[in-house]
Amino acid sequence: MLIKKRKKGTTEIFTSSMADIAFLLMIFFLVTTTIDMDKGINLTLPEKGGEQVKIKKGNIANLLVNAAGQILLDNEPIDVTQIQELIKQKIEEKGYDKDGKPILIVSIQTARDTDYNTYIQVLDNVKVAGATKISIAEPEK
Amino acid sequence: MKFEKKQGADASIPTASMPDIIFMLIIFFMVTTVFKEFRGLPILTPAARSTEKVEAKRNITYVWTDKNSRISIDDKIVPVSSISQIVGEKYAANLRLIVSLKIDKEVKMGLVSDIQEQLRDAYALRINYSTRFK
Repeated sequence: MLIKKRKKGTTEIFTSSMADIAFLLMIFFLVTTTIDMDKGINLTLPEKGGEQVKIKKGNIANLLVNAAGQILLDNEPIDVTQIQELIKQKIEEKGYDKDGKPILIVSIQTARDTDYNTYIQVLDNVKVAGATKISIAEPEK
Repeated sequence: MKFEKKQGADASIPTASMPDIIFMLIIFFMVTTVFKEFRGLPILTPAARSTEKVEAKRNITYVWTDKNSRISIDDKIVPVSSISQIVGEKYAANLRLIVSLKIDKEVKMGLVSDIQEQLRDAYALRINYSTRFK
């Protein structure tokens, strides 16, 4: 008995449209990719119940901000625009530790009714002045 | 005088490797894409000169606070007292969590402080005040 040989079909995948499909997918991902980066001021909060560190009073610069947005630096009223300059001076006065970081600690205390914007402006100026040790005190109740 | 005819060079771009190139691009975009999950509340963040970029987008959780003192996490309005629980769960799932505080300019510091206390309870200590470039 003779077995008929099967005719071979052409086993080919059409690749000509592959590029089109790929392009479509690419456009989809291009559109959905979010380019806008998150930006802001980074801060690390202290641990709760962490040990209290004793610091010399002379190494602290106290910044008090009241509800009206008025600022006291070591009990002297100043303007927001002066913060950067004055903190810079204080940092230079106190010098730097062996890691090259300023010794000065800046403590910022606000009232509960202080605007967030005022607080950010103060924090921003302190950061621009080069202070790395910043303490955020809880607002007075 | 007779000019010799120039022999026509084969002027065709080989397109056989085109899909491969495109696929490579796709894979790049697939890997880098982070879908926007939540839209949050309408707020205006303060401007600051020391604004930095936050690199790890996948680790960020947003806490939105608008000027009416409404707080929103994951598109749900939540009371202040429940922040520590919600963020605590997120922190347990991802220890590299960064909480981005998207707070309106007009919010009072009392509320901001309360939120921070809640975050300290949840042990989420890495925070970021969302600001604009000045």
